Amino acid sequence: MKLAVKDAMRCVGCQSCMFACSRRSGNAGLSNTCIGVKSAGGISRGYTVIVCRSCENPPCASVCPTGALVPQKGGGVRLISSKCIGCGLCKDACIIDAVFWNEEQDKPVICVQCGYCVEYCPYEVLELVKDEKGVNHD
Amino acid sequence: MIENDTLSRVLYIDLTKKRYFVKDRKDLFEKYLGGTGVATQLLLEECPEGIDAFAKESPIIFAVGPLTGAFPLASKTCAMFKSPHTGDLGESHAGGRSAIAIRMAGYGAIVIKGKSELPIYLSISNGKVLFKNATTLWGMKDGSIAARVMRQSEGGEGLRAIFRIGQAGENMATFANVTTETYRHFGRLGLGAIFGSKMLKGIVISGKQMIEVTNKKEYRALYDQIYKAATESPLMQKYHDVGTAINIKSLNSMKALPVKNLQMSSTEDIGPVTGEEMAKNHLARRVACAHCPVACIHLAYLREAYDDDPYFYKTIPVCYDFELIYSLGTMVGITEPKALLKLIDIVEQVGVDAMSMGVILAWITEMFEKNMISESDLGDMSINWGDAEKYIELVKNISKPTTVFLKACAHGVDYASKIYGGKEFAMQFGKNEMPGYHTGPAGYLGFLLGARHSHLDNGGYSIDQKELINVDLSPEQVVNKLLDEEAIRQILSSIAVCFFARGIYELKLVSEAIKLLGFDLNENKLHEIGKQIHLNKYKFKMREGFRIEKLEVPERIYETVDPTGKITKEFIKKGLDYAQNLIN
Repeated sequence: MKLAVKDAMRCVGCQSCMFACSRRSGNAGLSNTCIGVKSAGGISRGYTVIVCRSCENPPCASVCPTGALVPQKGGGVRLISSKCIGCGLCKDACIIDAVFWNEEQDKPVICVQCGYCVEYCPYEVLELVKDEKGVNHD
Repeated sequence: MIENDTLSRVLYIDLTKKRYFVKDRKDLFEKYLGGTGVATQLLLEECPEGIDAFAKESPIIFAVGPLTGAFPLASKTCAMFKSPHTGDLGESHAGGRSAIAIRMAGYGAIVIKGKSELPIYLSISNGKVLFKNATTLWGMKDGSIAARVMRQSEGGEGLRAIFRIGQAGENMATFANVTTETYRHFGRLGLGAIFGSKMLKGIVISGKQMIEVTNKKEYRALYDQIYKAATESPLMQKYHDVGTAINIKSLNSMKALPVKNLQMSSTEDIGPVTGEEMAKNHLARRVACAHCPVACIHLAYLREAYDDDPYFYKTIPVCYDFELIYSLGTMVGITEPKALLKLIDIVEQVGVDAMSMGVILAWITEMFEKNMISESDLGDMSINWGDAEKYIELVKNISKPTTVFLKACAHGVDYASKIYGGKEFAMQFGKNEMPGYHTGPAGYLGFLLGARHSHLDNGGYSIDQKELINVDLSPEQVVNKLLDEEAIRQILSSIAVCFFARGIYELKLVSEAIKLLGFDLNENKLHEIGKQIHLNKYKFKMREGFRIEKLEVPERIYETVDPTGKITKEFIKKGLDYAQNLIN
């Protein structure tokens, strides 16, 4: 399955999804979130919701100098944390800013398409969908 | 509290020396949780007795709580200061991203003192405070432009809060506010004027840290319970559907809505500005504070044509809610939505408390009607009920005063009425302009006795509507209920949850939630702490000269019909006398 933004126009900016994503680790706060909600140039214009699109040929993995980001079958990447040196090239390579950064560990946090955030969006902005090939990434 | 929790880190900033340092204040947070409780202690520590609110030593304090960043609806920041408007306790709460940003930046509280010699704004992130030159932002007529510049110059998109003042704050109108995230405000009691006195145009703060909990499994389970209540419970429904404006219709029909400076308590013209009609015809978008799924913030879009070009329009987003429809609507005789939205917009631009401004405009109108002031006092103009275009001019001219009279108005209705007369219809309580609840004697005793003279201190209006309307309570019983509720609300504002969530966050739940952040306090203990915080606030108020016996009540409240029929001088006096004995 693949995380998708169903309708960003319905986003109210509560950021419950961001807190949910970070809470997967069991703790509170935002350090581990890999979904982003920010205003689209001022709150009155609504919000931009940033999720990893799990690219088939992911630019973030292409630039990783240590092989810490491993492309997955059907798209997306997995992070092998022990190989990551925290250079940040992956973050720069993602032009939609979907490679998020854990500042405490100084390493990227990568969406695993688990859909936990979807459960905490009260306005149906997010959804988990089968990708074009019907591949279930989980 | 948990050993490594950054909640106890207090950031001290000196604007004179452009220096800052962090001090661990576990002593305060373990005793008073955070938010209001901790901010009160910091105020007592940092504010020299009897000081001018605009003196450079006069502190600005922001505090968040243990639940901030951990549980939904914990979205409020408590600001505390010596109020330039009342001369005693200044306390104001705002949501937006303010609380999350402060907590995620790694602080539980911020203390700002000193005075800059040039306009500045503060940029706080990654453990650093940068003092940025804001000379170019000073004097802009629309405060939102300054915010836009800060937004474009600073990082942390999606994780930051942007505080800023408008022209009224720069000119130190004593009811100037601080706006955060365009539509939320540290509204009441003049924090914006303190910012202005320090040449502090704004603050940008951001961060993204982790908060450890004691039990991960229990944390997730309790989170889900609260989240479910926030999104599914009928307790929150009115806030996320029609919003607070839903009360306009009901208060109007029960004769509790101030109209034309409370000469009346209902109007037949209410139709177009009820919450239901505003939603149907004008609501364009709903937005939320960070970490609150309720999304109670209602934005209308105001579409206006330019006079000189038939195919040229401007579309302005304007936030409305109950208090704005009352203060800038019915209180000044405006019940036409476009006129109302235009008046709200200018109030946002100059950056003043909407309730105070509305009450002042209403008092001015009545003063003019009674020939107690002249056109020259108003800058060569007349004023009549409902004239939005002229009210817009008055808002500008009070924020940047053009006459001696309007300069007096920039100090509030109590100050101006002491000079120009009209005290009997100057609708202030403890020098703070009234909110939109002419519900009965409990509401008024609530405004008078509340630590910051706000309707949110103790919800007296609720006692009127739920109890006094049906049964008799003695003034003493009412005061006891007010004090009891105020103790509970001190806890809510110390863990820093929104008062709209008070139906969810009962003390038992608070006890369970803070336990996961390392606070082991049962309901009784919390109640005791709440009482203590309330007493601490009164300690500050009394220190700064507040006395119950000095409170003045405008005669108007006894003259206008209310839902209970019980607003009498005797009731109010008995209530105040009883409270005075309790406090002394």
